[in-house]
Amino acid sequence: MTTPYPSSPSPAEDSERRPPRRRLLQGGVSALGAGALGLGAVGLGGVGALGAHAVVGRDPVGPAPDDASAQADPSAVGAATVPFYGTHQAGIETPAPTASTLLALDLREEVDRDGVLRLLRLLTDDAARLTRGEPALADTEPEMAREPASLTVTAGFGPGLMERAERPVPDWLAPLPAFGIDALEEQWCGGDLVLQVSAEDPLTVAHAVRMLGKDARSFTTLRWMQPGFRRSPGLHAPGATTRNLFGQLDGSANPELGSEHFAKVVWIEDGPFAGGTSMVVRRIRMDLDGWDEADRAAREEATGTRLDTGAPLTGGDEHSLPDFEAVSPHGFPVIGEFSHMRRARGVDDGEHQEIFRRPYNYEQAPPPGSGLLSEAGQVFVSFQADLLGQFLPIQKRLDELDLLNQWTTPIGSAVFAVPPGCAEGEHLGQAVLE
Amino acid sequence: MSRSFTLPTPALTRRTALAALLLPLAACASVGGGDTDASSGTGASDGGGGAADASADAPTLTDPWVKAAENGMTAAFGLLENPTDRDLVLVSASTPACEEVQLHETASDGSGGMSMQEKEGGFPLPAGGSLELAPGGDHLMLMDLVAPLLPGDEVALTLTFEDGTVLETSATVKDFAGAQESYEPEGGTGSGASDGGGDDAHDHDMHDHDAHDHSSHDDDEAAEEHDHGEDE
Repeated sequence: MTTPYPSSPSPAEDSERRPPRRRLLQGGVSALGAGALGLGAVGLGGVGALGAHAVVGRDPVGPAPDDASAQADPSAVGAATVPFYGTHQAGIETPAPTASTLLALDLREEVDRDGVLRLLRLLTDDAARLTRGEPALADTEPEMAREPASLTVTAGFGPGLMERAERPVPDWLAPLPAFGIDALEEQWCGGDLVLQVSAEDPLTVAHAVRMLGKDARSFTTLRWMQPGFRRSPGLHAPGATTRNLFGQLDGSANPELGSEHFAKVVWIEDGPFAGGTSMVVRRIRMDLDGWDEADRAAREEATGTRLDTGAPLTGGDEHSLPDFEAVSPHGFPVIGEFSHMRRARGVDDGEHQEIFRRPYNYEQAPPPGSGLLSEAGQVFVSFQADLLGQFLPIQKRLDELDLLNQWTTPIGSAVFAVPPGCAEGEHLGQAVLE
Repeated sequence: MSRSFTLPTPALTRRTALAALLLPLAACASVGGGDTDASSGTGASDGGGGAADASADAPTLTDPWVKAAENGMTAAFGLLENPTDRDLVLVSASTPACEEVQLHETASDGSGGMSMQEKEGGFPLPAGGSLELAPGGDHLMLMDLVAPLLPGDEVALTLTFEDGTVLETSATVKDFAGAQESYEPEGGTGSGASDGGGDDAHDHDMHDHDAHDHSSHDDDEAAEEHDHGEDE
């Protein structure tokens, strides 16, 4: 079961000269029943030429010790690919992998519409190749491209890019209104173009970021770069809710990947951005030192959920519906009126907006001499079809009242319009910028 | 031969001038010779060798690209393959982007440097063989650009073999930091065969110079502060 290469690759494999590792993957994946998440079709609709590499299962799902062959196959993680082409861009309805770097770029002054299109063609070509596990064109480190590790590259446009490309800026594509809780730092805000580069391996991400950055360099300057991390591949099921640096399961309320519900929450239905979505990036500093002072009960009160299971304080498991009517023997709501869960869901306003969150943790060295133990937080990323109708009401409620605000401070904020995916032969954003 | 061809600077004018020379853009497909599609074309760069694809009757150039340049000279690269059963020799190349294309080889000059020279008799491409045109190795040298080659442009490229075989393809223009020493005997700013994209694009080329300036400046300041400290 530890044979490094499958003994009999399929005829389809033979006819295409793929690197051996990809064959290996396909052997391995079929052994463990690839679409563990039922994601086979994600991002594929409408594009014919995708063939064999559907979204692949990554690793054994959770505790699956009976599947020894898959566990004994470490290179399956490196060889896994996520299709780049499709009706939607990859990197959204795709299990969030361990490493993700966001980079926001500003167009240089002289770049005109033609320049924007040339830039997007280059970035598209890089992304298409790298996500297949192939070196980019003129890649000076081709060896670093050989383990795609589920690499995805997702592009979003700021208002500046739309203007430069001489196309209308969607009315919602603008900085979020100022919130009372914000302490925004210019260095983490805005951008003409965002690239979200994610993979199950930080080195793969670094190479892709470097390659994309080199091709963007003559068109853009780097505005900000935000790397983030989650659990390592194989640690739990793909798509499982991750923990943030407060130890909380973060994202439990997300719609399930591959579901109709997800499509409704995330994908824009009409207009030039149909098949795309809106993207909010917020850099949220988390006061871990202050959090240390809160005891467990206080922490759970703040969120309205249990720290261990992520279940609502009214019981059940992570995905159980909260009972906002339940009261304690003393007559207080079990899930407090100030709790994050209650405020985020808007039950007290009779509203229930939803967004899809794909956050990453960040931790960097605190300023020398600051006496701090950490400079940490979350690169909050959310996708929603309707920024004004879904994201904004939630953010307004949390701004007004959310016990968690005592330990969290938004220091960066940006909004991008994510164009739909492209087909082979097209470039990212082609449908939007044509 | 005159190195530079001075062009009007406004971007639009240059673009218009260039546009006439370029192919309609073939978006992001990796352009192999003829009918190779993107995936099989790029797969070839794995060195798998055993091409045996549809068109075994013609040589191909996989993943052709050209280093961006504002003017002067630059170079084109790609993987040249000969799946046919006859030996071929690449004897000439041309592109509307420049006046003349030379076939160059690069060799060690014996003193740690590399020098390049025109390849006598062209590039032999034996039956079933391949030749990688790469920075630091054999390449096509584009002399006297008629207009800037900007990153993301596509440039038509025609390769002609000794037996009359003609390979028409198009190459993607890429911003590329390497492949420059030999093309820029005067060293300096690298503005010749280096990146296109306007003056600002050269920031990174100039970085070394800036860094030196800053560091010496900082040293001065540091020294001053140090002096003050001693005064007190």
